[in-house]
Amino acid sequence: MTESSPSPAPLEIHDLTVAYHKKPVLYGIDLNIPRGSLIGIIGPNGAGKSTLIKAVMGLLPVSSGWIKVFGKPYKENFHRVGYVPQRESVDWDFPVSVMDVVLMGRYGHLRLAQRPTKQDREIAKDCLEKVNLLPFAGRQISNLSGGQQQRVFLARALAQDSDLYLMDEPFVGVDAATEEAIITLLRELKSRGKTLLVVHHDLAGAREYFDRLILLNMRLVAFGPTQEVFTPEILQTTYGGRLTILSDVAQTLGAQP
Amino acid sequence: MRRLLPVVLLAIIFVAPEAAHAARISELSDSTMAERALRFLTFQDPSLRNALAGSMLLGICCGLMGAFLVVRKMALMGDALSHAVLPGVALGFLWNMTKDPLAIFVGATLSGLLGAGTVQLIRHTTRHKEDAALGFVLASFFGVGICLFTMIQNIPGGNKSGLDKFMFGQAAALSQGDVLLLAAVTVLAAGAVLLFYKEYTLTSFDTGFARSLGMPVQFFHYSLMLLLAFAIVSSLQAVGVVLVSAMLVIPASTAFLLTDRFGLMLLLAAIFGLCSGAIGSFFSFVGRNLPTGPFMVLAAASLFAGALLLGPRHGILSRWWRQRSRSARIRRENTLKAIYQVLEDDGFRREAAGVSELAERRRETREEAMRQIASVRKSGFVTALGDAVSFTPKGWQRACEIVRNHRLWELYLTNAAHIAADHVHEDAEVIEHVLGEEIVLKLEKRLNYARRDPHGKLIPGLKDIRMGRASRRPSRATGFGPDISPV
Repeated sequence: MTESSPSPAPLEIHDLTVAYHKKPVLYGIDLNIPRGSLIGIIGPNGAGKSTLIKAVMGLLPVSSGWIKVFGKPYKENFHRVGYVPQRESVDWDFPVSVMDVVLMGRYGHLRLAQRPTKQDREIAKDCLEKVNLLPFAGRQISNLSGGQQQRVFLARALAQDSDLYLMDEPFVGVDAATEEAIITLLRELKSRGKTLLVVHHDLAGAREYFDRLILLNMRLVAFGPTQEVFTPEILQTTYGGRLTILSDVAQTLGAQP
Repeated sequence: MRRLLPVVLLAIIFVAPEAAHAARISELSDSTMAERALRFLTFQDPSLRNALAGSMLLGICCGLMGAFLVVRKMALMGDALSHAVLPGVALGFLWNMTKDPLAIFVGATLSGLLGAGTVQLIRHTTRHKEDAALGFVLASFFGVGICLFTMIQNIPGGNKSGLDKFMFGQAAALSQGDVLLLAAVTVLAAGAVLLFYKEYTLTSFDTGFARSLGMPVQFFHYSLMLLLAFAIVSSLQAVGVVLVSAMLVIPASTAFLLTDRFGLMLLLAAIFGLCSGAIGSFFSFVGRNLPTGPFMVLAAASLFAGALLLGPRHGILSRWWRQRSRSARIRRENTLKAIYQVLEDDGFRREAAGVSELAERRRETREEAMRQIASVRKSGFVTALGDAVSFTPKGWQRACEIVRNHRLWELYLTNAAHIAADHVHEDAEVIEHVLGEEIVLKLEKRLNYARRDPHGKLIPGLKDIRMGRASRRPSRATGFGPDISPV
């Protein structure tokens, strides 16, 4: 599927290399993500899945290569990107309510020092409704199950009202029924022309849920429509052990002062 | 606050004799404690007005900044920073050999920031984590500060009076300029927090998300650290280097015990800080200019203890009370269940169970059984006529629910989880008291509305319990219900 739309691609990555503490974790990634697709990022532990989406948002320093979001550097287009971080990335004992967290999704639309408006609250309410958490709006966030917490983050991303969504393991700790409901929600977003990149750990689900897959193991193994890339050979290449020399070299580089 | 009084008075009694000859500023040493308390409460002294205003202001700004430290899990940062400012205080004094508030403020802030920078440097360039870095900075900067202070004491000349107050704090030593400085810092801190509440909250809660929104996270982090340094430095004279971190952490922790809303937490932290400051300076004044810091901290700690004990949600007392009422409920429900079982053993041919039957069933003494029955009777679940105990409609419903919960759970464990039938009873004894209606509906559906538990006993259904509990003949088909219309 080659889209010849005049509008630039939601995400274009060219020869991206990312290093953690001088230790490279992603090598030479090239990606051109078409608009309106639901894409899974899969690969073994330590393959750099989260690193990839964090690098896109500038949360990690990029060693080389460039990233463009809707044709511009991320800094100029961050308001068009929604983000669902990993659940463990925050302290759930923080004294905020479910509603407070979802409202944070509106902050990107507000000026510095501007308070959320009534309209923002309405939007946040709608988003809570969509993930079926409206009755919990006033609760402190530690009084939720893991799956509910995950849905709070999802509602916050919905409140961002973005065109490109980056989601880091949104299905961790979610029961099967909720997972189904979330997927329905993501498909609905896709049908409205949104582009979604979802880091996922479960292969069986990946095949079923996503139209396209990014298979990652320190470098890009494959990217394409699910039925084309979900093949035993490609999966074997992705999961079949690390590229030992590549990771050895990475170790050596990391150990250098 | 009343509870605090005896504690502090006791402390005064122990400390006072020593302090009497240590009292330096006080020309009031001839007055009695009551007279001094009166003077405090009527604000007769201008120096006292300074001391009180300063203490309250420092309470507010330390409380506000402390709230951020607590939710960011950076409480130790406050401790390290407050010790790290000491060399700066000494250098500020050495600048022109006098206690110039501005020079000391600048010196202390710079030294504090140097300390914070050193922590960052150690974290990023060595394998040490933050705790070791904080420990190192706290101790080494404090050490340097002490050396400089000793040096200053040995230098002849210069106006060194009041310099010793930086260690343990003396609100009475606050000058008009000091109070103005404190007021400026408090207004700055409160203004920044009010104006950028949204930004400071988000960057504290979820840094990654804040950065993804393009927020200048570093700016907010460092501006917070700068405000923190300002708060510490301007509070130094009144609380002292050693204890200023307590004024940061304790009022904020107290607020955290009482609320789940960050905005309210900030407000409460400021209020608790203010109260601690006022109480501290009061006792310091009453106790002939004892060091203020320890009294403020004592006051703050007492408030913390009060919140820990009496807090509505996380308080020890309310938790104990909830626990207690829950076990009382479980006991009542077990009694109801026992009555049900006694009646069931007899095929529901009778309406009433005897006390001795119940005692036997529950393997209790008769007195114990009587006490249990009195308790369920008080809650309106049963009526008792002599030795015969019979259900009220409400009691019958509750008993059916408990029995149903128990048997449903047993059935669920044996059918769905494949646990042996003789293993499930203990578990069901616990679960029966916590199953909600929603889960019961799910269980009934999952078990195809089964009517018999693994031991062959009948399970009362949810519908049956709700409908027709009045004037129902014991039905052999469902196992329920004698006619239990109340006597």
